[in-house]
Amino acid sequence: MNSLNTAAIVFLAAICTFATRITPFLLFGSKKGVPDSVSYLGKILPAAIMGVLIIYCLKNVSFTSMPFGIPEIFASSLVIFLHLWKRNTLLSIAGGTILYMLMVQNFFDSLFYFFM
Amino acid sequence: MRKTLEFAIKQTIPVFCGYIFLGIAFGLLLQKAGYSFLWAFLISLLVYAGSMQFVLVGLLAGGASLPTVGIMTLMINSRHIFYGLSFIEKFKRMGRKYLYMIFSLTDETYSVLCSVKVPNEMDEKRVFFMISLLDQIYWIMGSVIGALIGEKIPFNSKGIDFAMTALFIVIFIEQWKDSKTHIPALSGIVSSILFLIIMGPDSFLMPALITVVLILLMGKRKIVKKIDYDKKLSEKSELYESRQEEMI
Repeated sequence: MNSLNTAAIVFLAAICTFATRITPFLLFGSKKGVPDSVSYLGKILPAAIMGVLIIYCLKNVSFTSMPFGIPEIFASSLVIFLHLWKRNTLLSIAGGTILYMLMVQNFFDSLFYFFM
Repeated sequence: MRKTLEFAIKQTIPVFCGYIFLGIAFGLLLQKAGYSFLWAFLISLLVYAGSMQFVLVGLLAGGASLPTVGIMTLMINSRHIFYGLSFIEKFKRMGRKYLYMIFSLTDETYSVLCSVKVPNEMDEKRVFFMISLLDQIYWIMGSVIGALIGEKIPFNSKGIDFAMTALFIVIFIEQWKDSKTHIPALSGIVSSILFLIIMGPDSFLMPALITVVLILLMGKRKIVKKIDYDKKLSEKSELYESRQEEMI
């Protein structure tokens, strides 16, 4: 593919991405002010969207085949536990991520073969 | 100014970890598809959308047509339509930075901006802008590093993308603790799981988000009442406390 073609695709992807992000501002950002129900949604939607994003991150986890989502369950539980305990954002994220990396990289395989 | 920057950096450390390594993965993928680091730089500068950029590599390599690229991009990024709703007034007050704030509203930046508690002595607008800018700098850095030397990095980063999941979980907990009603949080989780089971991982997101919005709109009166009721209660007790202090 030549560079011009590549550039066209990249610019189109850029414009379409920006279009999705600017839509609410174009719809409700007029001088009249934000409609009541939209400012209400703006206030309470973040909590809901965090829930949706968590599931979105875990959407490809399979509970019916190896490793049955066990790394995700363990690591997520550790994040929740650490955060309820210490309420230190970096500690919670680092703890969960390190455990997850250990589990998906080799720890989990070795454990599996050990018991088989 | 320096304090503000330090604060913004601290808020974005989780995103730094995620973006650097995801960016490297993207740059590496793009380089393997036959594109130089300049393209990695340009795409991360102009498109700046995590998961979409991975799909874009496939589209570029497969020689997809322009309509395909347009439709795919709109579909994958459609969730962003809901993010701006929380920042309409705030971004409007940001003057020249208005368009950049909208452009750079990724999942991760959105999450950090939703949860950041800016100290009183700092300028909130400046903090917001720095967080957004830093996040994109991390992403561009990662992409370029990945395209340039991604293959030579000996570090096994498999699984590091879990940092983003962990970030969302932490913010979810924070908002849960702060909120007077758990209806929004629960409706987000439940409707996502429901539509994930019904429609599968590739197409559940928009139906789930639309359902959440509908649930929240239908329950508006109840939720507002709950929030206001608690606010009134706390105002009353504050008034009570201040009166007691006066009496003493």
